[in-house]
Amino acid sequence: MLRLQGVKKSFREPDGEILPILDIEQFEVAAGEQTVLVGHSGCGKTTLLHIISGITRADEGVVEIDGLDISRLPETARDRFRADKLGYIFQTFNLLPGFSALENVLLGMAFATGRPDAARGRRLLERVGLGHRMTHKPTMLSVGEQQRVAVARALANRPKLLLADEPTANVDTRHQQQIVDLIRATCHEENVALVLVTHTPEVARQFDRVDNLEEFNRALANGATSSSAVPG
Amino acid sequence: MSLVKIAWRSIQQRMLASLLTGLSIALGVTLVVAVIVAGLVVEKSFQSGNGLGYNMIVGAKGGRLDLLLNTVYYLNRPIENIPWDYYKEFLPATAHKDGKPGKFSAYIDLAIPVCLGDVIGENGEYRVVGTTPDMFDKLLKTDPNENLFAEGQNFKQSDFETAVVGADVAKHLGFHVGVPGHDTFKPQHGVGGDFHNTFKIVGILKRTGTPNDRAAFINMEGFFLIPDHAKGHVEEKPAKPGEDHADEVLKDPLPEDQREVTSILIRNASYSGLPPEAVAPELLKAVNKEFVAQAIMPVKEITILNDTFVKPTSLLLLVLSALVVVVAGVGIMVSIYNSMSERRHEIAVMRALGARPGTVMRIVLLESVLLALGGGVIGWLVGHLLVGAAAPMITEYTGVAVPFLQFAPISELILIPGLVALASVVGFLPALAAYRTDVGKALTASP
Repeated sequence: MLRLQGVKKSFREPDGEILPILDIEQFEVAAGEQTVLVGHSGCGKTTLLHIISGITRADEGVVEIDGLDISRLPETARDRFRADKLGYIFQTFNLLPGFSALENVLLGMAFATGRPDAARGRRLLERVGLGHRMTHKPTMLSVGEQQRVAVARALANRPKLLLADEPTANVDTRHQQQIVDLIRATCHEENVALVLVTHTPEVARQFDRVDNLEEFNRALANGATSSSAVPG
Repeated sequence: MSLVKIAWRSIQQRMLASLLTGLSIALGVTLVVAVIVAGLVVEKSFQSGNGLGYNMIVGAKGGRLDLLLNTVYYLNRPIENIPWDYYKEFLPATAHKDGKPGKFSAYIDLAIPVCLGDVIGENGEYRVVGTTPDMFDKLLKTDPNENLFAEGQNFKQSDFETAVVGADVAKHLGFHVGVPGHDTFKPQHGVGGDFHNTFKIVGILKRTGTPNDRAAFINMEGFFLIPDHAKGHVEEKPAKPGEDHADEVLKDPLPEDQREVTSILIRNASYSGLPPEAVAPELLKAVNKEFVAQAIMPVKEITILNDTFVKPTSLLLLVLSALVVVVAGVGIMVSIYNSMSERRHEIAVMRALGARPGTVMRIVLLESVLLALGGGVIGWLVGHLLVGAAAPMITEYTGVAVPFLQFAPISELILIPGLVALASVVGFLPALAAYRTDVGKALTASP
């Protein structure tokens, strides 16, 4: 499903210095497989997710998803691929405040090939337990409910691969497990491969496969960590 | 979910700013609609001088515009008079003692004499027109069975001191046929001039939307019976302004050699197999070749007047009002552009969900178009409602009948594509900002 080979990414620091962020020789995830990605803050987890999703382009290497190397695609093609084949759950949910829960889910389909399927959107919201909150705007939803809408949105377009970037970081402990269970269960039901990023050990322990980015990101061996790097 | 819906949601999110920018567009479009309709009313007001049953005017040599303004619109003082004998050259043999037709009579279907100079009304705002009953019995009637009068009837040739008045004159001066105290008037020789003998109103015309609504027509015989109006009569200075000389009336019809007319309204006949429209230029040439009088074709002169003064002025006003809309459009640009910094994260999220740069650009452009169109529709409605509300007042002051919903189809049809084009132009800069959003940076920045 997902294959990274020889992927490198650097950013330019404000002072002009080139800062290597990622140097990954090999990373693979099979179809339907669920893996958790761990590592300390600044080790490149979010950058890796951005590269996999095509938001950012790798400087070098192959990023193959469902048989297609997206690293060579132009930006618009990567956008279309992401809309059709990938789902993304953000750390801060990133629901659009002016849209209802259902409309936020439909946004997950709006930019893909084909028309948004409102019936699927409603089913997904019911699946995540928000069938009675479809018309509510994010400001009227609790944090946990917002994250569940984000899960529904990420699955809206039947992706092949779902990327979750610290989905429990802004959720209280009581709801963290619910969110993780929901993500894993729905991915299992829809046969969607999952790469979940977390720095919470309790979450990581639930997965059969745990990948520590610090162990296979060779850029870290050079002490490359910066929160002020400017994408170059 | 369509892009239009996404754009609409974005507008709703910034409702106050959206309302204000939409309002500025609405005000601009209201102004444009008002100017367009006003231009149409003015043009109609001028065009109302056409279609009055005649296609040529003969008057004294001088300015063509003066002759047109005097005779068609009853404006300004008459330039000069032409001899009665010259008028008779347009009449058939039956009108001549020697039984010979006038030299121009072969070209003529109808020739109506008109005498101008006196006024009525507190400020002399209405012209008194001396003419014959044929003005209403033949010239203005398009159908023999047509009734031109809202009250009463036409005056008779033999009733010298009778008159019919236009609808506006009757309304503003409170005239009614057969109502004592409200069915007579005295023409005045200019504002502050002498008052002449009394004329009885026997008819009030229906509203025509033409200058005739604002005139009082008296029997020409009665006109000539006013001593000042006889040729060769020496006008005495009035002892005081506004002196009433009602008792000075000549009793017998004025001899023809003492008569003059201001102008003649001509309707051409066919001649030698040629239709009237083809005959007119021949008659025009024949009259203008001589030294006595000039002939003009009012349609042509009105068109020149319209094209020279009215249209350019209307166009200038339209351009100015369009500039107001453009300025309002700039307001849309500023409003949306200022919002882009707040919306970087929102746009980045849409990009992360798979929206292409062109898609987010289209969404922002759609916002601009929706704001412009929304404001435009409201402005269009308000503009027409305002004109509709003012319609009675416009009709009263211009004589032009303005329907409640007066449209200028061609000009107004340009409004919609014009607004869309404006919105596209002003929306381009904010749309470009959306296009260039750095998704990775914006996502990692705080929302």
